[in-house]
Amino acid sequence: QGKFTLLRDTRTDGSFLVHHFLSFYLRAGCKVCFVALLQSFSHYNVVAQKLGVSLAAAKERGQLVFLEGLKSCLDLLFGEEEQPGQPSPLQFLSTSDLRALFGFVRESLSAGGGDCWKGPVLLLDDLSVLLSLGAAPVAVLDFIHYCRACVCCQLQGNVVVLVHSNEDSEDEENELVVNSLCHHSDLILWAEGLATGFCKDVHGQIKIIKRLSLRQAAEQDLVQIYQYKIQDRNVTFFAPGLSAAVL
Amino acid sequence: LVFTEEDKYGLYSNLLFKYFLAEGVVCGHDLFVASAKEHPDNILKELPAPLLDDFSRKELGDEAAAVKSEDFQDSMKIAWRYQNLPKIEASPTTYTKFGHYYDVSKKMSPELCQSVKLHSFYLHEELSFEPKMKAWNMNSGYARLLQSIQRIISQEGFDGSDPQKKQRNVLRIGIQSLGSILWGDDVCCSDPPEDPQSLTKFLYVLRGLLRKSLSACIITVPAHLIQNKAIMERVTNLSDMVVGLESFIGSERETNPLYKDYHGLVHVHQIPRLNSLICDVSDTKDLAFRLKRKQLTIERLHLPPDLSDTVSRASKQDLAGSAKLLSSGCGAMAIGKKHLDF
Repeated sequence: QGKFTLLRDTRTDGSFLVHHFLSFYLRAGCKVCFVALLQSFSHYNVVAQKLGVSLAAAKERGQLVFLEGLKSCLDLLFGEEEQPGQPSPLQFLSTSDLRALFGFVRESLSAGGGDCWKGPVLLLDDLSVLLSLGAAPVAVLDFIHYCRACVCCQLQGNVVVLVHSNEDSEDEENELVVNSLCHHSDLILWAEGLATGFCKDVHGQIKIIKRLSLRQAAEQDLVQIYQYKIQDRNVTFFAPGLSAAVL
Repeated sequence: LVFTEEDKYGLYSNLLFKYFLAEGVVCGHDLFVASAKEHPDNILKELPAPLLDDFSRKELGDEAAAVKSEDFQDSMKIAWRYQNLPKIEASPTTYTKFGHYYDVSKKMSPELCQSVKLHSFYLHEELSFEPKMKAWNMNSGYARLLQSIQRIISQEGFDGSDPQKKQRNVLRIGIQSLGSILWGDDVCCSDPPEDPQSLTKFLYVLRGLLRKSLSACIITVPAHLIQNKAIMERVTNLSDMVVGLESFIGSERETNPLYKDYHGLVHVHQIPRLNSLICDVSDTKDLAFRLKRKQLTIERLHLPPDLSDTVSRASKQDLAGSAKLLSSGCGAMAIGKKHLDF
């Protein structure tokens, strides 16, 4: 409860982690607010069905609040003039202001008394897109801070965020955001492409960093490294060097 | 959303662009061509002619039928070819051909060109500024292009908004030289550019439009002119497929005996991962292209054996894996043939 998890990927695509967390929390019975900025609803739906969860059903019973960024931006830009009382959550496309997005998150997760779900969860895919769409890095960090304060502290829920990063990246704004988030996360799942290059049997390696030093001053972070291979319906993890292809 | 990084002189990326459009004509899709450099009518006049022998003529009819009879869903995918594949495999008659071959030395006949609906957008002929777009906070050229695309999509019913339209077709969008100075964006000239987010915002909205409708899009960008690498990273994140073309003209690789057979390299930076946890990874990532008199061929980069004065070399290997990769954007696959021909 109340944890901030950072999903980070370098030289590879870490979105399989997002799919995992989505189906994981839905199966656990939590109320999930999913801000999906980069892909359409049907993409997540198809993958979730392979993992055994139906997003459409979850949406209908109110367990899942899905913000489809691509669709909302089209409504905002090409749609009719909207009512003054309801700013679109993607308003930052024109005004660079992320407050409306935060308002949306807060409203969807702090719902009324009729809810029987266990803790609220905010899932964000992905944060690096916000920078591409006109938000300043400091604004993005403020937004995450507000979300954390609201979801983790007030509502005792969890926050999971995906960011992209690169070691020799020239995108300084992105690196600033990612580094700052790393310092504030309770758990970091870092999916990296193999340093030795592309391989068919091992798609990458994942570093799991439990930031015990965040809560307790004297503790050290716990780092575990596994390699993984993604298949159609699941991902297999194994210790480095012990891929099935090698054994 | 297929994002192509142009080679230095734009020769080969133009060719790729024309192949994409020609494939659209031959498959009976509607076309939308946008450019700030060349008038779209000129581009359309120069599409390569398809090689239609008797065998492929029959396949053309079958494939067109297969496309029309499919049941598309409303929120459409960009890599629509992937959805085509299972259907084709299910019915044996349409299995063998996937895409068509073209002859670069001949131009496509005007009648064939006119058989599909063509929409064009030439930046310098467009009307200026509509007031609503001021709220968008984006380069006006891009904003106008988006408006134009959105208008075509909703008018022609590509987004499923017209329930009476029984036959659904696909819209192929080609945008040439995006990001160049001709579009009014200085991302290729200055670092840092004045409005670094115009291009990325444009791509985001375009992605939304493509996801919402039955369309596929290829964009060519003079990436070698963009000095700000951060933008290229962001753009890669926003595209489904990113391919870079590097030609050997004018570089020291032209005279390098290793590359003597080829005209350039193909870098596949990213392939689409849609509706699935995994993506279709091929065995090799080293691809090179070669422009023969009649065809543009993309093959696995094959280094010649290191013999001092030989002319012949070992045959090249099959490319089934990488062929499928490239075919998702450009529409051609050679099953059972040795080279990937367009």
